[in-house]
Amino acid sequence: MNAELIPAVLFYLFAGVLVLSAMMVVASRNPVHSVLFLILAFFNAAGLFLLLGAEFAAFILVIVYVGAVAVLFLFVVMMLDIDFEQLRKGAWKSLPVGILVGLVLVSQMVMTAVNWQSLPTAGSSILSPAARHAAATNTQAVGAILYTDYVYPFQIAGLILLVAMIGAIVLTLRDRGGVLRQNINSQITRKASDVVEVRKVQKGAGIS
Amino acid sequence: MSELIEAFNTFIQTPIGAIIWLVARIFAIMVPVLLGVAYLIYAERKVLAAMQLRMGPNVVGPFGLFQPFADALKLMGKETIIPSGANRFIFIAAPMLTFFLSLVSWAVIPFSDKLVLANVNVGVLYLFAVSSLAVYGIIMAGWASNSKYAFLGGLRSAAQMVSYEVSIGLVIINVLLLAGSLNLSDIVRGQTSMWYAIPLFPMFIVFFISGLAETNRAPFDLPEGESELVGGFNVEYSSMSFALFFLGEYANMILMSGMTVILFLGGWLAPFNWQCPIEFLEPLWGIFWFTSKICFMLFMFLWVRATLPRYRYDQLMRLGWKVFLPFSLIYVVGVAGYLVSTGNFPKVGV
Repeated sequence: MNAELIPAVLFYLFAGVLVLSAMMVVASRNPVHSVLFLILAFFNAAGLFLLLGAEFAAFILVIVYVGAVAVLFLFVVMMLDIDFEQLRKGAWKSLPVGILVGLVLVSQMVMTAVNWQSLPTAGSSILSPAARHAAATNTQAVGAILYTDYVYPFQIAGLILLVAMIGAIVLTLRDRGGVLRQNINSQITRKASDVVEVRKVQKGAGIS
Repeated sequence: MSELIEAFNTFIQTPIGAIIWLVARIFAIMVPVLLGVAYLIYAERKVLAAMQLRMGPNVVGPFGLFQPFADALKLMGKETIIPSGANRFIFIAAPMLTFFLSLVSWAVIPFSDKLVLANVNVGVLYLFAVSSLAVYGIIMAGWASNSKYAFLGGLRSAAQMVSYEVSIGLVIINVLLLAGSLNLSDIVRGQTSMWYAIPLFPMFIVFFISGLAETNRAPFDLPEGESELVGGFNVEYSSMSFALFFLGEYANMILMSGMTVILFLGGWLAPFNWQCPIEFLEPLWGIFWFTSKICFMLFMFLWVRATLPRYRYDQLMRLGWKVFLPFSLIYVVGVAGYLVSTGNFPKVGV
């Protein structure tokens, strides 16, 4: 039980489970299981970030991807009505194309890996990527870098996402006639005198 | 005595001793939390009974104090039924996940000035991350049950919890702006002069209501919705798997109260910075105030349940997205603007 062994064991645990669950995302027969494996993969990636000492990135990964994005995935997948047999029938037909695409990807990765070279200065910048913020916790460092050094790209990215969001809402918004809607203001502001009428009813005469 | 302490200190330096000491500390948190859950269920029944002019449980033990244990024994004696067509693994994993998530958050909760299991720098983010996972237990249970009532309950719950998390996040940002730290202990220490509930009173209310929605409590208990969904996401559950959901829900209530107390009501700090009157009880002074404030918040949860009728689903969504979200967003801008203009904006490290 020495100090170097524990992080190494944890790294191989997280990395191994990450790779396995990523494979299961593609391989599992049930799409809901796929999404659950995807969540497991996110978790292990967060674990790897923690091992690097990047706790902010780790928790943001869990909050954004597991807490929000994957919930929506699960939502959509659970609502789908898929006939799995039908889906699997076509799989053999597209096998040659699939193998071709896979081969291209693998050969590209191999070529990149063989020719990979780091910048001569990269070593020092990996060790202290933000020399000015060496004393800060990494939440503070991320904030300082994002909002001072890269404030314009950051804001532009935010605006692009806002436009995309508004676009999605505009595309899916339909005005249908004949839909009853609740108007809270008109409900609150109406008075008893406008809607209730008190009448004297004759005995046995009823009311019309 | 000092030799004993020294022997203890050397023991926890050894690898096995360190693990045993860690497990002991975890148990020292878990056991009171689970006892708290048991007596919260009892308290809920007693408080609701008192508010409805009834007696509540009063047969098992003095004042019915052993009722929670009788209930637990009864649930354990029942048969676990797995419906046909259910996805077995997910069906069984869902209540375990809910229960697990309701307990892991306690790792970062500071009980007093020094008493905290893991004093992490991003404690708030940890709590937020774990509470955002709670939705999975419910949505998995709803889907795996292979029943339309359970499924509808699960979907409602997913939509509800995702919606209210957004406003909870913005409320937390308000607190972080004042505290200038993501560490829960630092946030409490920042409230020494004034609890954040005073400058952020509207946010305190928003947080409390969002907390009700986040824990699926009345008046936002639509995922259970007995009147239209039989029992919601947990209709098909029986025996221990049902008990785990039940325990998880109540442990989440205690946790949400704890979060409210830490973020707004000064955590372990005594009101008006009172000193402990009896000197040798000083170490318990913080814990005393922390638990008292949690009990107060829990009483508010029960009070709300006894008072308000259930919301309609569209009203719930309207409240979350059209009222709380813009309101807390504007408040963030206001608080940040005020802090910058008065020069009180927290300057940290860099």
